[in-house]
This record gives sequence, structure tokens and C-alpha cells, in this order.
Amino acid sequence: MPRGAALSAERRPDDRRAAAAAAGSSLRRRRFTDRLTWSAAGLCLVLVAIPVLSIVIGIVGRAVGNWHWSVLTTNTSGNGGGLLNAIVGTLVLMLGVAIVAGAVGIAGGIYLAEYLPSDRGHLLRGASEVLSGVPSIVLGYVGYVVLVVAFHWGYSLLAAVIVLSILVVPYVTKTTEVAISGVPTSYREGAEALGMRSGYTLRKLVMRPALPGIATGLIVALAIAVGETAPLLFTAGVSSKSPTGALTHSPVGYLTYYVYNGFNASTKPGQIQAADAALILLVLVLLLIVIARVLVAVTQRYSPDRRQRMGRAPTVKAPT
Amino acid sequence: MATVTDDTVTTDTVTGDASPARGPSGAGPPDPVPPGSGGPPPPPPSSPSAWWRAERVMPHGLRVAAWLPLVALVLILVALVWKAMPAIRFNGFGFFSRSVWDLGGAYSPIVSTGGIRHPQGATYGAWPLIVGTLQSSFIALLLAVPVGVGTALIVVEKLPARLSQAIGFFLEVLAGIPSVVYGLWGFVTLGPFLAHHVAQHVANVMPNVPVLDFFRGVGPHNTVGNGTGLLVVGVVLAVMILPIIAATTRDLLRQVPRASVEGAVALGMTDTEAARAVTIPWVRSGIIGASVLGLGRALGETIAVAMLSGVILGQTTTSLYGNMTTIAATIVSELDAAFNDVSGLAVSVMAELGLVLLVITLIANVGARLLVRRVSTTALPVGRGV
Repeated sequence: MPRGAALSAERRPDDRRAAAAAAGSSLRRRRFTDRLTWSAAGLCLVLVAIPVLSIVIGIVGRAVGNWHWSVLTTNTSGNGGGLLNAIVGTLVLMLGVAIVAGAVGIAGGIYLAEYLPSDRGHLLRGASEVLSGVPSIVLGYVGYVVLVVAFHWGYSLLAAVIVLSILVVPYVTKTTEVAISGVPTSYREGAEALGMRSGYTLRKLVMRPALPGIATGLIVALAIAVGETAPLLFTAGVSSKSPTGALTHSPVGYLTYYVYNGFNASTKPGQIQAADAALILLVLVLLLIVIARVLVAVTQRYSPDRRQRMGRAPTVKAPT
Repeated sequence: MATVTDDTVTTDTVTGDASPARGPSGAGPPDPVPPGSGGPPPPPPSSPSAWWRAERVMPHGLRVAAWLPLVALVLILVALVWKAMPAIRFNGFGFFSRSVWDLGGAYSPIVSTGGIRHPQGATYGAWPLIVGTLQSSFIALLLAVPVGVGTALIVVEKLPARLSQAIGFFLEVLAGIPSVVYGLWGFVTLGPFLAHHVAQHVANVMPNVPVLDFFRGVGPHNTVGNGTGLLVVGVVLAVMILPIIAATTRDLLRQVPRASVEGAVALGMTDTEAARAVTIPWVRSGIIGASVLGLGRALGETIAVAMLSGVILGQTTTSLYGNMTTIAATIVSELDAAFNDVSGLAVSVMAELGLVLLVITLIANVGARLLVRRVSTTALPVGRGV
């Protein structure tokens, strides 16, 4: 046994630990170290699970104790009241992001995957990656000084949707590009051989298998957008009424604002409102995650061969 | 959440721009055409001209969409620099070393220094904000990297598929929880718990000597506060970046060839030794990249920090439990007050802060991506690091 370890230590002379394991320690001690390591790794699992459970139980516990269904049907009033305006506002923002970020992101992803070889377009791909690293508060600030002030839009739906879309477009672009790149080349070659036009091939043969992957990316992007607060504070403003449908000069209420507003409230209604808003947010995000997962699972179940070729969604991939 | 990996490189899937039409092809019912691709439903084969136009126009429409992120990025930079210019000229390089934050009196006269209008007595220094940003992110990394790598290792090496799926779901939920909810959780649950059950005990046993006195409480009475401050911010940030590090490392570990690991085990290594000698070295720079990616998220995190740091401007904390602030949290919590500065300098200072934050974050992000790309073709999770 130690001989094997010694062999490998010779090959990797930089790894002093392996050398030490080979030189001195008995088998029993090595087994003990092994157990210890994996126990520590198991502890890491517990450390991942505890915050999830603590957050979910904590938020649900705070909200459910004082839950009234009227929260879902009445507007905010004063320091408490319902959250209908915020729920509608959040959904309208989601819809806006789905339209704007969906259109731009998916179209951009198609272009990168289909029309730009991977050895070209470093500028576009790089810009997308850099944009994805820009902190959301910086986007919110720029949205405020440019869209809200310089363009005279005021706190508005349009400003909020544009800022949120800039936030998530890189993600949508990337997932679209990866999904489309995963469609086998033979599909395109076959279509070309049959004399199909490239646009027709794209719509009929390439987009269809890639669609679940693209949809998953879009859903995840929506989950990101739903959870944002900082960029919305200075672009969407605050409103205790449901959105009017006006694109500019009309502030929009949203759920994350009421969590931020009421988290350290001194009055009971404010605290309850924050907990309720947090619960609704959690439910919304969980719903989006579950939809995305179901989408991935269904796609893989009904196309077992595609799974290996496309290598999508590594969560289910066997480590072979 | 849905970390799309396996960036299947396809150099050979490129169809040419507007390849020539080769005669009529079957026209079907309109499909779920991707929004923005601009293709009208295929007309009957008898009118090839409309076809031609759609084929010709579509790549150009797509190209515009692909260029938009670059345009947005440039515009953001231009807008930031434009707004920050007065503050940069007013503050000079001392901005990075001063520990003071004074907007000037609300009713003091507006005076002009070097052509920049500002309220009398206005002085800004970003040193405490920069230190606070780095301190909190460092604590977050210190906690999240070992836990994240450990989780990824056991998920890939030991757990059955079903259980690792469950862990994957937990990670997705962690990544998906809005940061404002993290802030609420930190404020009502984690903060009080740490203050009452952990921090006070640690603070009491720490001797009052250099380095270790950082772990003592604030001031002569050794107080640890009631649940805001550097420690809580660090722990909450650690939980927020944990899924990024764990999921990325897990996806990297899955790409390590099994044959090498099995070879190591066949030579007589225990699983731990195989992991140390083969698996971890294989993905080492990838793990560093994932950690730096998490760092980027921690540096830029705004709202949770603003809720938990107990925003203190103009001084650095001398204790692990003291109130502090970060660049991002300062922007979000002080922008309202900045609007009251009629000279506009305070708003401009926020732009300069944004620029500083942007530079720090970009260095982290670009560095991480370069590191990860060097070792594998794995696509890092883009977007908010989800």
C-alpha cells in the first residue's frame, strides 16, 4: 500500500502531504485521516442546509403567525396594510424584463452561437461578461442620473425595466448561446443538404431542441430580477397604488421595497408587512426555481440521447 | 441555480450570413419565433422575395441585439465618469486615504474651490468604505471557500445521485433567495443569535493585545452590539456567495477524468489522498476562479450590507463586532441625503464611489474568468453569479 503512494509522490514531488503519508504514517492513521476529512465535508453539507432551513423557517414563521389573506387583495396604506400594489408591480416588472431582456438576450445569444465563430467576437462576449460583473447599485445609480433625471422620465416603469434588463441580459445571452451551441451540427448539415434556408433551419431545427434551455435561462433571469432592490430604489420609486400602465412619470411599487422599508420598523404593522413581503418573494422565487428544474427534468426524460450530446444541466449528470 | 456548464465548443456550427436560397422549401405554420429575430411566418413558396428579405434582415437584427450589452457598458462608463468628474477634481487623491465624511452644513453657503461648487466645509474620504468592503468580503471568503469546496467534494465523490440533487436544490434556493431577504434574516435571526450566543463569549476570552484585540468588543466595556456590524455582514455575505463557490467547484470537479482518480486509488491511496493529490490540483485554479467570482459578488452586494452593517461613515471599525459600511451600502443609504446638497457635489461623490467599486469588482471578475478559462471550457455562471 505505501508503495503505491510513494510512487505517486515521486510523480508529484511538490505534494509534500502525499509524501509524508507514504513515508511514515501507518494505514490506520491514514484511514483515520480519511474519515476525518469526509466527516468535515459532511459537516459542510450541514452548514449549507442550516441557513436554507433557518431562512425559510424563520421567514415563514414570522409571516404565517400574523397572516391575513387580505394582504393579497388590498393596497398598502400608511405603515401597513396589504401588498396588492407591490405584487402587481413586481409582476409587471417581471413581464417587462421578460419582454426586453428576453428579446435582446435571446437574439444576442442566437447571433453569438450561430453567426459568430467562437474564435471571433471576443469583444462582444467580453463586454457581456464585464457587464454581468457590474454591481447592481452602480446600474441603479446610472439609471437614476440618466433615465430618471436626464431623460426626465421620473421614477417610472420604463427606467426600472431597462435597468433590470441590463442586469440580466448577459445571463440570458449566455444561456441561449450555450443551449444553441449544444444542438448537434449534424442537424444543420442535414438541413443544409436538404436545401433548407438558414433562417428556416434556425427556427425549425435549431431553436426547437434549444428552447427548454433558453426558457430555463430566462426563468432564472426573472428570479434574479425579482430579488433586486438596490437598482429599483432609485428607478422605480415607491407607489402605494397598482401600476397605472404608464411607462414614464409613474412610480411602481414592488415587494423588495417593503422588506427593506419595514425590516427595522418599530411598529407591528410595518414588521408584519416586511415579513409578508419576504414570504411572498420566497414563494415567487421558489416557484421559478421549481419551474426551471421541472423544465430541465422533463426535457431530459423525454430525450435520453440528447442529454449526453448536449451536456445541459450538469446537476443530474453522473460523474463518469 | 441552473448553472449551465459544459460550454460545448462549436467552432463548426457556423452557418454563413444569409446563405443563398436554394429554391422553395416547405412552409409550415408560424413557429414560436424567438422575439427579436424578426422573421415573419414563412409565406407560400410562390413569393420568394419576402423570404429573401427575412433571410437577409434577420442576421442584422440579431447583430444589433448582440452589440447592445457592449453599447450599454460603454454608456454606463461614460455616464459614471461624467457624473464623477466634479468629485474627482474636488477630492483629489486624498479621497482614498482620508477617514472623514462631511457633506458640509445643510444651510452653509455654497462656495467654489478650484471651479467646483460645494457647501462650505464639505470633505469626503473613502478609506473606511474601502477597508470595510475588503474586510467584509475577506471574512465572507474565509468562511465560504472551505465550506463550498468541502460540499462540492463530497457531492461529487461520495453522495448518491439523488442526494446530490437535493443538495443542488438547496444551493439553487440559496442562490435564488433575494438579498433583501438575507438582510431581513440577518437582522432578525442571525444577528441576534451571533451577538448573544457567540460573539460575547469570544470577546470575553480574547486578551487585549494587538491583532487579537480585533476579536474583542467595542470600547472599554467590550460590547458586541445587538446584531449589526462587521461579523454579521461577513457571515451573511458568506452564505450568499456559498452557492456560487460550491456549484462552480462541483461542476469543475465533475470534469476531472475518473481514470486518474481511480488510478490513484488503485495505487493504494485513500480517497482523501486521491482528492488531495489528483482531484484538487486538477481544478485548483478553477477553485480560485470560483472564489474570486464569489468575491466579486460580495464586494458588490448592497442592500443586505446596508441593512446589517449599521452604516458608520468616516471611521474604520477596530472590532470584529463594530458597525461599519461598504462602498455599495454607502451609495444606497446616502444617496437620499446626497440629493439635499444643492451644489450637486454629494451626488457626484456617489458616482466616484461607484467608479471605485466598479474598478475593484471588475478586477476581481475579469481575473476570475481568465483563471477559470485557462483550465477548462466550463462556462462560469454569468449574471448575478447564480
